[in-house]
Amino acid sequence: MSLAKPMMRGMLAKRLRLHLPLAFVVSFSSALAFNLLIAQPRKRAYAEFYKNYDSVKDFNAMREAGIFESVRPIEK
Amino acid sequence: MFHLAAGRVGSLAAKRATAALSTSSARMMASHGHEVSTAVDMSKPQYTDSADYPLPDVPYKQVLTDADKSLKQKEKGPWNQLSKEEKLALYRLKFLKTYPEMRHSTPEWKTALGAALFLMGLTGFIVWWQKVYVFPKRPRTFEGDWPEKQLKRMLDMRINPVQGISSKWDYEKGQWK
Repeated sequence: MSLAKPMMRGMLAKRLRLHLPLAFVVSFSSALAFNLLIAQPRKRAYAEFYKNYDSVKDFNAMREAGIFESVRPIEK
Repeated sequence: MFHLAAGRVGSLAAKRATAALSTSSARMMASHGHEVSTAVDMSKPQYTDSADYPLPDVPYKQVLTDADKSLKQKEKGPWNQLSKEEKLALYRLKFLKTYPEMRHSTPEWKTALGAALFLMGLTGFIVWWQKVYVFPKRPRTFEGDWPEKQLKRMLDMRINPVQGISSKWDYEKGQWK
């Protein structure tokens, strides 16, 4: 009976051949995905919101709704 | 002692580690082994089947028959004079299991999964009983029109207007977008 000689050394190197580039690829893709899917849209949403934001109008709307304790709704 | 706990227990059978300390299962842990009546002397080197401990401290068979002894004598000579069966016999004198046998999976995971799910189900009954006999009344903020009024107040306050709840409400039309 003659078996093939088993692998005696170099196991870590063999594993790293795949897993090291894979680690980089996975990390970079997740970072990229997060940026494209979450970070950028969020920045855009905030920019859009504040582009034509009238804070006084918003305040008055809130005042009318009666949520403040320091100012009452505008009396007619 | 460390490799004894690691040997032959597999990933699911953490409980078996305590079995390793009991008298009966020092060697036959994979099979729900036959009970050994004599206690194992833990102060002596043990035999273990472990993938990360290739050469155990002692050979498996330490009490050799005459046939075994003569085989061991033959082993001292040139090995190409040994037949295949003799080589295998020598292997089995030294080791209980081969690596593939050691690594062979068991159906134990089904028992483990079943037990876990069963206990989760049992927990459900316990929680049900607690709901009836233990838990206090729910806060009034869940009753009647309180949740609706709470939501209206949140919208009035413009909570999370950029991406959150108030951004989903159309203030002009007074309805959800």
